[in-house]
Amino acid sequence: MSFKDMELKEMSNWTIEEDADGILWLNIDTQGQPTNVLTHATLDELESLLETIADSSPRGLVIGSARPGAFIAGADVKAFTRLEGAEDALKLIQRGQSIMDTLEALPCPTVAMITGYCLGGGLELSLACDYRLALDDPATRLGLPEVKLGIHPGFGGTVRSIRRLGVFQAMDLMLTGRTVDAKRARRMGLVDQVFPERQLKRAARETVLARPATARPGSLQRLANLRPARWLIARQLRKQVARKAPKVHYPAPYALIDLWERAGGEHARMYREEARSVAELITGQTAQNLIRVFQLQTLLKGVGDRKAFDAHHVHVIGGGVMGGDIAAWCALQGFRVSVQDPRPEALAQTLKRAQKQFSRRFRAYPLRGVAAADRLIPDPDGDGVAKADVVIEAIFEDLDAKTALYRDLEPRLKPEALLATNTSSIPLEQLSAELADPGRLVGLHFFNPVARMPLLEVVRGKDTRDDVMTRALSFARQIDKLPLPVKSSPGFLVNRVLMPYLLEAILLYQEGVPREVIDKAARDFGMPMGPIELGDTVGLDICLHVGEILAQELGYQVPDVLREMVEKGRLGIKTGKGFYTYKDGKKVKTKPADFDGSVDEVQDRLILRYVNEAVACLREEVVEDADLVDAGMVFGTGFAPFRGGPMHYRSQQGDEALAGRLEELESRHGERFQADPGWVM
Amino acid sequence: MAQNARRNPGRPVFVVDGSRTPFLKARGRPGPFKAADLAVAAGRPLLLRQPFEPDALDEVILGCVAPGPDEANIGRIAALRLGCGERVPAWTVQRNCASGMQSLDAAYRNIAYGRSELVLAGGVEAMSHSPVLLSEQMVEWLADWQRARGIVQRFRTLARLRPKHLAPVIGLLRGLRDPVVGISMGQTAENLAYRFGISREAMDEYALGSHRRLATAYDNGFLEQEVETTYDGAGHHFQRDDGLRADTAMEQLARLRPVFDKPYGNVTAGNSAQVTDGCAWLLLASERAVNEHDLPVLGRIVDSEWAGLDPAQMGLGPVHATAPLLKRKRLSLDKIDYWEINEAFAAQVLACVEALKDDDYCKQELGLRKAMGEIPMERLNVDGGGISLGHPVGASGARIVLHLLNVLRREDARRGIATLCIGGGQGGAMLVENTGAGTA
Repeated sequence: MSFKDMELKEMSNWTIEEDADGILWLNIDTQGQPTNVLTHATLDELESLLETIADSSPRGLVIGSARPGAFIAGADVKAFTRLEGAEDALKLIQRGQSIMDTLEALPCPTVAMITGYCLGGGLELSLACDYRLALDDPATRLGLPEVKLGIHPGFGGTVRSIRRLGVFQAMDLMLTGRTVDAKRARRMGLVDQVFPERQLKRAARETVLARPATARPGSLQRLANLRPARWLIARQLRKQVARKAPKVHYPAPYALIDLWERAGGEHARMYREEARSVAELITGQTAQNLIRVFQLQTLLKGVGDRKAFDAHHVHVIGGGVMGGDIAAWCALQGFRVSVQDPRPEALAQTLKRAQKQFSRRFRAYPLRGVAAADRLIPDPDGDGVAKADVVIEAIFEDLDAKTALYRDLEPRLKPEALLATNTSSIPLEQLSAELADPGRLVGLHFFNPVARMPLLEVVRGKDTRDDVMTRALSFARQIDKLPLPVKSSPGFLVNRVLMPYLLEAILLYQEGVPREVIDKAARDFGMPMGPIELGDTVGLDICLHVGEILAQELGYQVPDVLREMVEKGRLGIKTGKGFYTYKDGKKVKTKPADFDGSVDEVQDRLILRYVNEAVACLREEVVEDADLVDAGMVFGTGFAPFRGGPMHYRSQQGDEALAGRLEELESRHGERFQADPGWVM
Repeated sequence: MAQNARRNPGRPVFVVDGSRTPFLKARGRPGPFKAADLAVAAGRPLLLRQPFEPDALDEVILGCVAPGPDEANIGRIAALRLGCGERVPAWTVQRNCASGMQSLDAAYRNIAYGRSELVLAGGVEAMSHSPVLLSEQMVEWLADWQRARGIVQRFRTLARLRPKHLAPVIGLLRGLRDPVVGISMGQTAENLAYRFGISREAMDEYALGSHRRLATAYDNGFLEQEVETTYDGAGHHFQRDDGLRADTAMEQLARLRPVFDKPYGNVTAGNSAQVTDGCAWLLLASERAVNEHDLPVLGRIVDSEWAGLDPAQMGLGPVHATAPLLKRKRLSLDKIDYWEINEAFAAQVLACVEALKDDDYCKQELGLRKAMGEIPMERLNVDGGGISLGHPVGASGARIVLHLLNVLRREDARRGIATLCIGGGQGGAMLVENTGAGTA
């Protein structure tokens, strides 16, 4: 049958065309989604399409995207949360597997034409094709990031990626969940060829017509797939994973390694067990919480509308580490940026760090690195102010210095320009008091290191106008950060919640608990880094400064030992000495001292002060709702993602249990453990 | 005819602003900046402080003697990297040492003629990056090697390779040698010293003065608005011309050996321009553009002139270009308040001064009735020049015009001439005016 006769009206997620050579061009266009994903409907339609295609024996099939710049970003994560149990999940996965099988079994040559994101299920679909051709562009990203959602590939991706790449490269992709660009994918053998846009379609057509042979992994890779080798390699892989993610918290990578060790030799069996493994993982607590985190990310992305603000030039005042890194980040994201600092040495260091970041980021496309560097303009005299659409003040935390600066700035600003401060401790109302237009000041509170921390607190002062907020949130999205709208109150959300936890850790240290024990207790809970080490990383002087402000505002104490350390110049990594000793920025490993107290108590003291403060923030409406508290703490501090955020942890543990424990701690350690009125008893 | 020529053809042309990089001495290896990098470093702050966006420019013109192999039409590269956008055309001009002045002249003409309103023009040179080439014999050999097939033929080809094939050709030295008369630029300066009887001591004294004048200018902050701090992206920054030797003395200069005419010559590295990397840009505007964007005016380009002469006497180019320029404007030499004669060599600057006040020279070579007059040394190169701060060949022409305008502004003086000698036997001169003189 001809495809013109097909009942296309029933197909809303795919378009199909037959060309003069008899090649079918199938393009995905997922309805109702910001990007192409494999929704139920999309899979349904693909299934029936493939059946028809199998019957009609075309010359070839090319699968691409109807949307420029996006192939398939993965499965429909929303559907994962609606699963009714492991059986339901198994059915969904097996169906996906069978569609991929049908695609793979088509007798005609099949080509995936990859542009933009090709992730998870999207890459699995590509792997079921005979050929993969990718657009040669930095925006092309391929990967199997399922592990970040607490699962592993389930549409045959474990089998096909290993078959295609060999176990080492495939496992690396699946276990880290990292994405690679087109050039790297070509070197790995993940795609067969890369082409510029002008040649991609012609290449796909020629590939169908010529059916070239494709490269396969070498004999060493085949050897690695034999049983004794699998046993050895699996052990090694487990060790590597354990360094990053403990099994109790993150079962998915271990399940993947087990699966391969067990069934890696027999494709059919591995296929079957892959489905079962994913079905089990996906309904588990970890996956559901990680999926929640993924959705929180989507939530924050939706808070700002990229199109709401037409911005081209960013002016950053203050060329220290923070200001400099903000400037470099904005330049990387495509803005023209002027960075102002009277000290040429500071600007030279800023440009050096920026240069490093640009060359790393654009290793495969060095000219883009040059362009980014050209966009970042050192501006000792502040000439960029008059040109800027966004001015970000990132000078030292001093009210008088900042207000004096604004006084000079305000008359030079473009009327529509956003005036933002990166302050972490001074209330916006005080900063804007002397502005002719106090409503124009907004806080853009970045986190260190800027390039790695996804969160951006967008701080609304009492006077901040709605349109200013809208523009600030839009700008946050334009520089690819996750905006969290917060009220201007001491410490905003992230620092406020983090500080009692940090100070409690230092207090524990002061009481004689070994630093390693404290850090381990936090890591065992699931924090990415212990609080003592975190303090060293942030800088103890900064901890003290912010801590003192918050302690005064919120009525708690700063441990003396912190003050003493700062007085002695032991500021953490930057001075080589803090609570730990550092050499070339790396922690010097020491043997942990003995500790015979209760580790559980240590952990509870840390975590409950954290959660208690988060409850207080919610009650005071520092952010609008519990989801935003969780989003802020996960993306701003890396709060144990597999727990879904502090408020989610609270709801899972129950207020009664946690507040009860707080009472106990209060009776032993004093009123800093007093349960916030926000707990529901 | 003379009456008409005296008047300016076309519309007035204003210089709005300008900037340059520090001039960085070549130290035997490629410097931190390629030519295009220098153009970006000097241009970005200049454009950033303008009230208009870079895409408002009508064109970008850049002078450069020898752009790098990846820098064909470096003017266009600079324009794009400066964010002027795809639609602003850009080109590159070359008139050896006057390339930077040639670009200003081209911009000046286009604005005067009405084809452009707003033009970014300048000059650049990264002499430390000048190429090291393979000898022609080596290129021949490589061609044979490419064509050789089979082991035997390859062996035979290999056996023909000699050490002399491998001797590199230093591009910079080839460029500084006149290809027609076959002597180096330094030797043309020796010619002038011989002709006008300029002693080694006079040369060294002039060179010493150049360093002293530049040091004083820096001390007084005269160069702050002209020189932009430049950053290499590796943690270093450059604020000043780094060839300046504020503490040099006559004894030190006297110890240097001649570099061009060994062993009895007088032209040394100490009394010649330094081989440097650098860039200078000027922003030229019509009256309309000045009004449209409400631009400040630094001065006006009044007229310019080019002249040819014996390549072996190329250092007298300024004399030959200045004479017709003054004649056309009906100006006598003493009506010029300040002078910039590019310091290619101390002997050459001194020879120009000598020639201008020499009756015989002016009669015989310039067809004048008598000598043109004497340039007072306190009005010539008042803040140093190529000897103390360097002569990145493509950039100097733009630098001296920019600096002259800054001097006129500072001294509240009216007229100035910037002029330079050009390898190959030419001279270029530009008459500029401080439009705000006497009004302050």
